Amino acid sequence: MSEVELHGEHQHPHLQHHFEDLGQQHVTVTLGMWAFLATEILFFGGFFFAYTLYRHAYPEAWTIGAHHNNITLGTINTAVLICSSLTMAMGVYFSQLGRRKPLVNSILATIFLGLVFVIIKGVEYAEHVREGFFPGVLFTYSGPEARHVELFMVFYFGMTALHALHMLVGFGILTWLVIRAQQGWYSAEYYGPVEVVGLYWHFVDIVWIFLFPLLYLINRHG
Amino acid sequence: MSDPHSENETDLRHHVTNKVVYFTIFILLMGLTALTTGIAFVNLGIFNTPVALGIAVCKASLVILYFMHVRWSPRLTWVVILTAFSFLGVMFVMTFADYLSRGWAWPATGPWVQ
Repeated sequence: MSEVELHGEHQHPHLQHHFEDLGQQHVTVTLGMWAFLATEILFFGGFFFAYTLYRHAYPEAWTIGAHHNNITLGTINTAVLICSSLTMAMGVYFSQLGRRKPLVNSILATIFLGLVFVIIKGVEYAEHVREGFFPGVLFTYSGPEARHVELFMVFYFGMTALHALHMLVGFGILTWLVIRAQQGWYSAEYYGPVEVVGLYWHFVDIVWIFLFPLLYLINRHG
Repeated sequence: MSDPHSENETDLRHHVTNKVVYFTIFILLMGLTALTTGIAFVNLGIFNTPVALGIAVCKASLVILYFMHVRWSPRLTWVVILTAFSFLGVMFVMTFADYLSRGWAWPATGPWVQ
């Protein structure tokens, strides 16, 4: 039996043979991404749990550590990431309309904003290292609660670096998406990959939405 | 009916979220970001952290429902997401039940024992 007999004459070139139609394929890839994101929620969740536990144990150290962070850069970075989520959402929108050029531009804008975020994060990291707040041998802060402030910085660097690593992976996938989009792979009928990459990118945004108040906004009124 | 499969196709693939919706959500997210930073400088006593986390939950919900299209997704997607958050809840509740109750029944040491 040939492929044509199995799927009818108008089989879409991007329809995989094990799916009934493009609709079923789209729902399946979306659900697959959500299953992955469910494991990511629990992966980051472990970090968030340990953070909460030690914050409960050493509240003063967490306040000192958070006050050391640059709230201006933190707020700017939150805004930058939300902008990148908007451009990603617009990318999905344009792919649904089958408009290639705006789709490519939206993804390029998303990559650009992501890079701005990572660069600002790098500026913050450099500042921490210069001020002796990098845990380990480079840690020179000797004020109150020094050992526990160091523990806060372990969480700070661990959580933000894990988040930044997800962004770096995102750059790779987004670049692949730009190339595919330029080649005209995506259309109003077939845009699953754009949607799925969008889900990943928005998830990374959500992680930051929680990291920002937990790492920058503790007892700021004091 | 020229296409026998068209009836099986779900609406998800055909749902195009309006541009206006995306921009409205974007403005709300920016507003909530300004709010959470601003309100951090106001003394709300023990409520500073709950308010900050409440705003974060609102922002995350907006992203999930609209940017990630979950509002228009099949119920199975909702089940996967709610399962993930339920297990996150189990991890927090059960593990804290252990740590926070240490020293209640017999003497114990460690940073969690008050």
